[in-house]
Amino acid sequence: MAAKLLNSRLATLVFLAIIIGVIPYLAPSAFYLRVAAVVWVFALAALGLTVLMGYAGQVSLGHAGFLGIGGYAVAIGPAQFGLHPALCLLIGAVIAGVLAFLVGRPILKLKGYYLAIATLGFGVILSLVFHSESQWTGGPDGMQVARVTLFGWRLSGSANWYWVTGGALLIGAWLALNIGASPTGRALKALHDSEVAAAGSGIDVSAKKLAAFVIGAVYAAVAGGLLAAMNGLITPDAAGFMHSIELVAMVIIGGLGSVLGAVVGAAFLVVLPQALTFMHDYEQAVLGFLIMAFMIFLPAGIVPTVRKWLLERLS
Amino acid sequence: MRTSVTGRWALRAVALAAAISTSLGSSFALAADPVKIGSVVSATGPAAFLGDPEAKTLKLYVEELNKKGGLLGRPVELVLYDDGGDANKAKTFATRLVEDDKVVAMVGGTTTGTTMAMIPVFEDAKVPFISLAGAIEIIEPVREFVFKTPHTDKTACQKIFEDMKAKGFTKIGMISGTDGFGKSMRAQCLKVIGDYGITVLVDENYGASDSDMTPQLNKIKNTAGIQAVLNPGFGQGPAIVTRNYAQLGITLPLYESHGVASKSYVDLAGPAADGVRLPAPALLVADKLAADDRQKAVVMEYKTIYEKATGQPVSTFGGYAFDGMQLMVKAIETAKSTDPQKIRDALENTKDYVGVTGIYTMSAKDHLGLGTDSFRLLLIKGGDWVIEGK
Amino acid sequence: MAEFLQLVFSGLTVGAVYALVALGFTLIYNASDVINFAQGDFVMIGGMGTVFLAAAGIALPLAALMAIVGAVIVGLLLHRLAIEPARGASPVALIMITIGASIFIKGIAQVVFDKQFHSLPAFSGDTPIQVGGATILPQSLWVMGVALGLFVALYLFLEKTLLGKALLATAANRLAARLVGVNVTIILALAFGVSAAIGAIAGVVVTPITLTRYDVGTMFALKGFAAAMVGGMGNPLGAVVGGLLIGLLEAFGAGYISSTYKDAVAFVVILLVLFFLPRGLFGGRSVERV
Repeated sequence: MAAKLLNSRLATLVFLAIIIGVIPYLAPSAFYLRVAAVVWVFALAALGLTVLMGYAGQVSLGHAGFLGIGGYAVAIGPAQFGLHPALCLLIGAVIAGVLAFLVGRPILKLKGYYLAIATLGFGVILSLVFHSESQWTGGPDGMQVARVTLFGWRLSGSANWYWVTGGALLIGAWLALNIGASPTGRALKALHDSEVAAAGSGIDVSAKKLAAFVIGAVYAAVAGGLLAAMNGLITPDAAGFMHSIELVAMVIIGGLGSVLGAVVGAAFLVVLPQALTFMHDYEQAVLGFLIMAFMIFLPAGIVPTVRKWLLERLS
Repeated sequence: MRTSVTGRWALRAVALAAAISTSLGSSFALAADPVKIGSVVSATGPAAFLGDPEAKTLKLYVEELNKKGGLLGRPVELVLYDDGGDANKAKTFATRLVEDDKVVAMVGGTTTGTTMAMIPVFEDAKVPFISLAGAIEIIEPVREFVFKTPHTDKTACQKIFEDMKAKGFTKIGMISGTDGFGKSMRAQCLKVIGDYGITVLVDENYGASDSDMTPQLNKIKNTAGIQAVLNPGFGQGPAIVTRNYAQLGITLPLYESHGVASKSYVDLAGPAADGVRLPAPALLVADKLAADDRQKAVVMEYKTIYEKATGQPVSTFGGYAFDGMQLMVKAIETAKSTDPQKIRDALENTKDYVGVTGIYTMSAKDHLGLGTDSFRLLLIKGGDWVIEGK
Repeated sequence: MAEFLQLVFSGLTVGAVYALVALGFTLIYNASDVINFAQGDFVMIGGMGTVFLAAAGIALPLAALMAIVGAVIVGLLLHRLAIEPARGASPVALIMITIGASIFIKGIAQVVFDKQFHSLPAFSGDTPIQVGGATILPQSLWVMGVALGLFVALYLFLEKTLLGKALLATAANRLAARLVGVNVTIILALAFGVSAAIGAIAGVVVTPITLTRYDVGTMFALKGFAAAMVGGMGNPLGAVVGGLLIGLLEAFGAGYISSTYKDAVAFVVILLVLFFLPRGLFGGRSVERV
């Protein structure tokens, strides 16, 4: 019974909903809500990578580029075209999805390191575009995002954004769980295990991989749009190489292929710099050390390891 | 075996969580109720060479201040965070300063990007914020609680163009860094260049981490009619530009920006820096200032303390932090209160404050209060600065 | 003509820098199939180490040697403490480990050294050499010469020595290599040590041109990695050709078209090469093992 609960989709959602619901009552100040809201946003972006890396077994070292697309859509749309930010969030997601569809086909033919470097290169080029096209993007210092009003209600302050991002994460998690259980999700997991075997059993491997890539891009773009609107600003380094690495680290540290894992991984990497402030100059070294240590000693990630441990205790 | 390993990790995770909650909690229970001044700078990351001297200056300043008995009879506590140059992190730390640490004032914001991310936090919380970043957007339009100490790029451009005009140069080449500083200064220069009757014949760029600029400089070299070259940029780029400039044997006068106003630029560029002109604050030429110069005393004091404590030469950027903190401290003294609103009002009424960067006079319309006269035009000769004009 | 020549000089200078870094990637990749993102940080250790040891009063050649030895020790530790324990991990996990190592090394370097830019004096002065109306710095010739020397040495080592062959055998099939008596662990440690040395030597030679700081490794790793990839991962000739190609394209792009997207050149080239020649210019054709 308990074991079944641990593996059920509904339990994951309920658990997540309880966490999101309880934190505001425990948080001593709005600062904690701000940190949690940032966690929810990055968890949403990481969920896209969970579909791509965890389900389909394809890596992307340029995923922050899609995050940038979503962010700049929300910045540029209202400023240059007078569009509503919510509409721009949608447009950003569509642009990211279409772009992923176009570049995904040739890129996803590559394997292993070649796939890694191709996605890395794609991400670097995107961030260079955001950096260079100042007349649209405001250049290296970034671009202000107009404050959002929704049905006459002005979205501002950490508390409001906490609920918006938390809600978005819940929806994203629900979709990711359903994708995982759908025929596409099962096909993706099959090709994760062995592409050759999957192709042999009649799965259209390249179409499924492409689907995962597009889904991942859309998640990242929505997260980027929320991040830009919440911060009131988007800068080109949000789309940069280091942020792509951070997203991948979130997915792996939390647990590859696990929806809760993406949230835990995001929480880990977002909270860490806040927890390490007392280390001052050694902050970066500790971050690097922890990434290495997790990859070496806990390759399955936090959530799957904890789940396995719980299951062993329960049975 | 496997479970014991994971068990250990689980324990560590719990320990970490505990450490987080104590360090995030109200852990600063110091005696005598200190005056809390916050700061978020980019002490690591790509802007570290700006943020590092800023952080060191702020720490030194507060140490010295506390030795002298603190502020309003209370000790001063500096709550300093490092955003690594990331705007998102900067905003989170700004929220932490306001919501959790309950600072009464803020001096920080190394880059324009991180400053812009933090402005809404301090505006909403009504806490005075002195930024250390360059761009003019920070104070134009004027925001109630936001001030800054660095010269704007515009005044640097004006200072350079004044000199070019005086020397009769009307056609110039430009080569700018594509980092935030270079781009912003290029744009500001192009805005005011018309006022001086100067035109740009070639307008080139280079990336922040480029290691060879000869292709771009070669274009400038091969363009007929250019009388001088301007290089808005900071970091290592201008040093490489200067070396490549000498390598190509270009003999036209080269103007650098206040972004490289530091001894380390002269060291990096080597003999190639000879003959380069740049606008810089008095800080760089402390020992060459006339004895009756109003800035002499404050500049010498800061330079002596900083160089003794860090073993590194002073830079313009550390100077911005010094002036920012000093302005804030003076405002708190004038206000005789740590009420953020009263500090803000005192800050806006700053009159004739003599700092290391220049002499500041703020007003409701001007939250910077520096003019072109705060710059001196320096010439590099034999690896040292020469004051060319006032 | 003079302009063309100037661009060629610029491209070869920068290209030789990339080639030097790319050569470092080659050896580790050959031995262990690991792409070491911390390779750029070996370059940084070589440069920064020399700068700080020289500042401490040690003669420049000795300082350089000590910095290179220091990098080798870091390389060996990286292998022993991070790569060896993660044996059998996926390429993504290995990438993340070396990226973690890179962040760690940078984090330590900014405390041990500092956060400012530094330079080293050029080996043979700063007087430019005039050739057909264009100029080149003597240090550029040093960079090209060292790149060539290291390439030849690496080629001879891999093709002509027993140790080199053992290394290639290890890469091809670890189990088989072990069965014929190759001590795989020592071979891998050797690859990391020598790669670190190559990186650090590169750092000493290029610092007078590119300057150095605790975080220059990222730029070197990305460009050097791109160069190695364009040429075909694991091939020393490919590393050199890839490096020079990217350097030349960047210079011509900046000189004739625009300098705005100079940093994108390497990655556009890489995407094109990968789309049309998925194993690089000099990569072998191999069949995926199931």
